Amino acid sequence: MNQVPPFGSLATMLGPLQRLGHAALKALQKLGRAHLFLVHVMSGLPDLFRRARLLLAQMYSVGVLTVLLIAISGLFVGMVLGLQGYNVLSDFGAEQTLGVMVAASLVRELGPVVTALLFSGRAGSALTAEIGLMKATEQLSGMEMMAVDPIKRIVAPRFFAGFLSMPLLAGLFSAVGVLGGYFVGVGLLGVDQGAYWSQMQAKIDFYDDAVNGFIKSVVFGAIVTWIAVFEGYDSVPTAEGVSRATTRSVVYSAFAVLGSDFVLTALMFGES
Amino acid sequence: MRGSKAIEMWVGLFVVIGLVALFFVAMQVSNLGELRTARGSYKIIARFENVGGLKVRAPVSVAGVTIGRVHGISFDKQTFEAVVDMRIDPAYNTLPVDTSASILTAGLLGEQYVGLSPGSSDERLKDGDEVELTQSAVVLEQVISRFLFNKAGEGGSGKTEEGKGGAAE
Amino acid sequence: MSGDCADKDVVISIRDLVFSRGARKIFDGVNLDIPRGKITAIMGPSGTGKTTLLKLIGGQLRPDRGTVRVDGQNVHKLRLGQLYALRKRMGMLFQTGALLTDLSVYENVAFPLREHTQLPESMIRTLVLMKLQAVGLRGARDLMPAQLSGGMARRVALARAIALDPTVIMYDEPFTGQDPISMGILVKLIHDLNEELGLTSIVVSHDVKETAGIADYIYLISEGQVIGQGVPEAIERSDSCWVRQFMQGLADGPVPFHYPAADYAADLLLEPA
Repeated sequence: MNQVPPFGSLATMLGPLQRLGHAALKALQKLGRAHLFLVHVMSGLPDLFRRARLLLAQMYSVGVLTVLLIAISGLFVGMVLGLQGYNVLSDFGAEQTLGVMVAASLVRELGPVVTALLFSGRAGSALTAEIGLMKATEQLSGMEMMAVDPIKRIVAPRFFAGFLSMPLLAGLFSAVGVLGGYFVGVGLLGVDQGAYWSQMQAKIDFYDDAVNGFIKSVVFGAIVTWIAVFEGYDSVPTAEGVSRATTRSVVYSAFAVLGSDFVLTALMFGES
Repeated sequence: MRGSKAIEMWVGLFVVIGLVALFFVAMQVSNLGELRTARGSYKIIARFENVGGLKVRAPVSVAGVTIGRVHGISFDKQTFEAVVDMRIDPAYNTLPVDTSASILTAGLLGEQYVGLSPGSSDERLKDGDEVELTQSAVVLEQVISRFLFNKAGEGGSGKTEEGKGGAAE
Repeated sequence: MSGDCADKDVVISIRDLVFSRGARKIFDGVNLDIPRGKITAIMGPSGTGKTTLLKLIGGQLRPDRGTVRVDGQNVHKLRLGQLYALRKRMGMLFQTGALLTDLSVYENVAFPLREHTQLPESMIRTLVLMKLQAVGLRGARDLMPAQLSGGMARRVALARAIALDPTVIMYDEPFTGQDPISMGILVKLIHDLNEELGLTSIVVSHDVKETAGIADYIYLISEGQVIGQGVPEAIERSDSCWVRQFMQGLADGPVPFHYPAADYAADLLLEPA
């Protein structure tokens, strides 16, 4: 048992290094596949203009079915912001600016980010599981044999449906959140309702805040659906493989959204 | 493809709700509603010795009512003065030519804005006109140092120059 | 080697096919000819890559070496558009049926028609009902795939595979896991469709009795090579030990019962490390 060969120490030193290199290469390969896949998905866009029905059906399952989740979450996040914001701001006698705080948090950050996270949990994981299962049951393969490109027929409508739905959902989240903050701040805590709106309108800039938040939601929508459909398509076609892919889809989406949020925030709000 | 009518309807509703929400964020939450009125507005400029922390898109108000926005701030390298370009809502086109402009602060920690006080002339400011009478921003450090200097001088040379950026002719 | 095939009209010809997955060689120099209008069976033990062979013919996989020609066209030299055009003339019945689970039986059969033709709805309906009638499932058109039994799902998939009137149809293990009745139905369907539509059928299977019953010609594949071929009667009478073991389902023979292992007695006496 006690086997320490002369090169043992060297081997144990190089072992982790080799494993790291292996993992890095595999990750790079996967990234490459993901990009080629994205290009292929994009090539399915012209077909979608001719067959809007496919897109519509996916807008339903990706967008419409997520509306309730987003609206309720947005309402509660807005209400919590109203409550917490009031507690902090009233210490400085600045509760009149509650609307600014609620709206800035929602429009700049929470709207796009929380929507993207919820979206990946609700719609992204479903997309991954659906495509993975189609792969596992040879539906994608069968389609190929019927001379139908599954990436154009199955993946592209799902990708673009997610891409289009996310900004709308993020907008809904922010809007409902602002109203939630209004209910708590103005309705329960007695902030002046004129001040709530006017301070908000004075301080929230259309280009700096609203448009930047919108851009974020577009980027997050593309990232989350891209990860979701790719993980599904790239999954190992077994029950276990699909369940792992679904988990990865949510985890990677969270990392990608939060990471890119930092980069986008630094680009958008860093200078001013 | 049965039931596709219902799906179409739901998706339509979803898109409408989403667009309404985005519209709400744009118009009700942000200041786009006001930016829109900037179209057709007229321009007046004012020169200040010091604009302090004044920012582009800061409000321009008369008697506490916002009637326009700061559109641009530039530096005149001949006179070493800041030139503030303001856009005023065309609804408020009755400002007299002897109106004075000062840079004020909303509250103790609030942002800075341009306050206009109308004079008594019968002539009106027109597009491109300049407000002659201006008062610079109050720079807190200057106020404090002057206060301390006055305390130290205690009745010495009592005459101190106020932070008045006198009318730049 | 294609002695008794040479004079026949060959639809698919495979030459020197080499294909490996990782380090494992699945095919090592396979030569096959599929005659037109006949039912050709490709048999072999599980795990010999029979499904892989069908995917190679359909151009879903790429061989390491060798050629696959369908109607004279080298499948793996075709551009994507040409490959898709070729696939429209090939039907494939997957082991699981591979029905689209979110579409009804009717829509599944209509799927290739909707994808590849601009036919009016009334004509699609007629075609779909004809194909469903052919497999005896016209009454099941509104069911969803989840509501179908395995045999019915395969019959729907068969109706879908013939929707575009292909010239070649490939069956991947059509009999696996079927009860005797649906097995009988499938055997009859494969036979009848071949007769009536003038199809060329390739049946990949290890169900000896059923397959031998309908096949016109049989290839036996094992260890990546064709080890026996001929008309069913000739195969039955083959004097090769391996062929006899496979066709008669003997437990022991050239394919040993035991997985290669160390000597039994020595293994038992060995102390666990």
